[in-house]
Amino acid sequence: MSEHFDILVVGAGPAGIAAAVSASDSGKRVGLVDDNPAPGGQIWRSGASPGAEADQWLTKLNASSAIRLQGWRVIDHPERGRLRAERSQECREFSYGQLILATGARERFLPFPGWTLPNVMGAGALDAMVRGGLPIAGKRVVVAGTGPLLLAVAAHLSRRGAKVVAICEQARPGRFVPFAAHLLSEPRKLLQGVSYLTATRGTQFYTGCWPIAATGGEKLESVTLERSGTKWDVRCDYLACGFHLVPNLELAGLIGCRIDDGFVSTDELQRTSVEDVFCAGEPTGIGGVDVALLEGRIAGFAASGRITEAVKLAQRLKRRVGFVRALRDLTALDPKLKKLAAGETIVCRCEDVSYGAMRKHAGWRAAKLQTRCGMGPCQGRICGTAAEFLFDWRSDHDDSHVRPPVFPAMVSSLRTTHINTEHDDSLIVPGTSTSISKETP
Amino acid sequence: MPESTRSVVLKVNGLPVTVASGTTVAAAILMTGSSIRTSVTGEPRGPLCGMGICFECRARIDGIEHQRTCQILCSQGMEVHTS
Repeated sequence: MSEHFDILVVGAGPAGIAAAVSASDSGKRVGLVDDNPAPGGQIWRSGASPGAEADQWLTKLNASSAIRLQGWRVIDHPERGRLRAERSQECREFSYGQLILATGARERFLPFPGWTLPNVMGAGALDAMVRGGLPIAGKRVVVAGTGPLLLAVAAHLSRRGAKVVAICEQARPGRFVPFAAHLLSEPRKLLQGVSYLTATRGTQFYTGCWPIAATGGEKLESVTLERSGTKWDVRCDYLACGFHLVPNLELAGLIGCRIDDGFVSTDELQRTSVEDVFCAGEPTGIGGVDVALLEGRIAGFAASGRITEAVKLAQRLKRRVGFVRALRDLTALDPKLKKLAAGETIVCRCEDVSYGAMRKHAGWRAAKLQTRCGMGPCQGRICGTAAEFLFDWRSDHDDSHVRPPVFPAMVSSLRTTHINTEHDDSLIVPGTSTSISKETP
Repeated sequence: MPESTRSVVLKVNGLPVTVASGTTVAAAILMTGSSIRTSVTGEPRGPLCGMGICFECRARIDGIEHQRTCQILCSQGMEVHTS
């Protein structure tokens, strides 16, 4: 009992919305699956006016014939042409003729002493919390990590009344030159940057600077920052720290799409190596909202047979390659960040596995087997990404080792002939023989 | 601000909390000052990713375990329990 779509889009961020809108223009039956309460993805998150462009696309989505499958999290791709998804206690299957993956990206987190304290979170994460109703006015916030997201988050939090006491960008000043030069060719981005700088006027912006420790009792109280060997403490309520973005590749990997150098490989019409499977947005390369929209439109047109329109847009995409490269170079991590974690610093937060325990092993697979790192409910999405940088290990996310379910799922959802009403609240984590029962062990 | 100024009352660990409609359960828990989860070695934890990836914000909602509170909106009469 699966519902069929000519074109199914996974992920309702800018790429997925653009893909669904463009594909549904052709009269095909289009579905848009997304695991959040509302469309918009991370960047066009509801709870605050995300801007005119977002409003335009969300209006187009509402006016389109695309069927919104909101709140559904894809857990498996049991066979070609079929996805399995869960929502709350329900499990359903969606079959498709063509699939567009627009699964977005997540922040990269790097461990340092104290990073597991409550109120230390991602930069985008704190922004999401605030958009989700967390009061921030009057709170002292340190924003740290790398990438343009830091300034955007700092600006938004400042406008909401937060006291952003420092913005710490790991990149050294020299790295900004090529990035800034590129911005000059993109007036809209430049204006946006200027508006962020205006909003954060008065806040210290440090380059070549990062947190080396977070301290507090039950929650964060203070952050120690370091810049060129100088260390100092800053009292704060929140540390919003994310080291740029990494793509969500799990579903693409499970389906068998070719992944090159950490990104889904596509041709100029966003076709992956798997027939009838397209990919758009951050999983093909971190390029931000403009690139995501273009790629989404190309994928939507190509999947619905409007090749001429897709080819025309693909020409425009070529001009964006420079921005993607400038962004990658700006956010390249300083090797000194590999030394932030101490022996006892936890790297795997699900299973509380320390840096010292992981370091002893030759690679990701061995570390997993010996320490259980990466075997908790996040399935290594956080620590696997960190380990790739810390130890130069290859984790499971960029190769063919992805196994279903791609998110912890109800036992009942894993049955081949599934029943969508049965209730079983234990979670199965792939790659382990154990299930997480009521209390995490 | 969340889209609506309508308020919703839910219970976090038995205590009533009033939030604006559109507030996530994770934000509501943070407002109470509580951590959300206790790690396997007993550390207090709060949300890390804010987007349903890290599972640090999981809690029991209306009797169902392991709900990612950052992706669920508060509703009237909801009962949330942190560990």
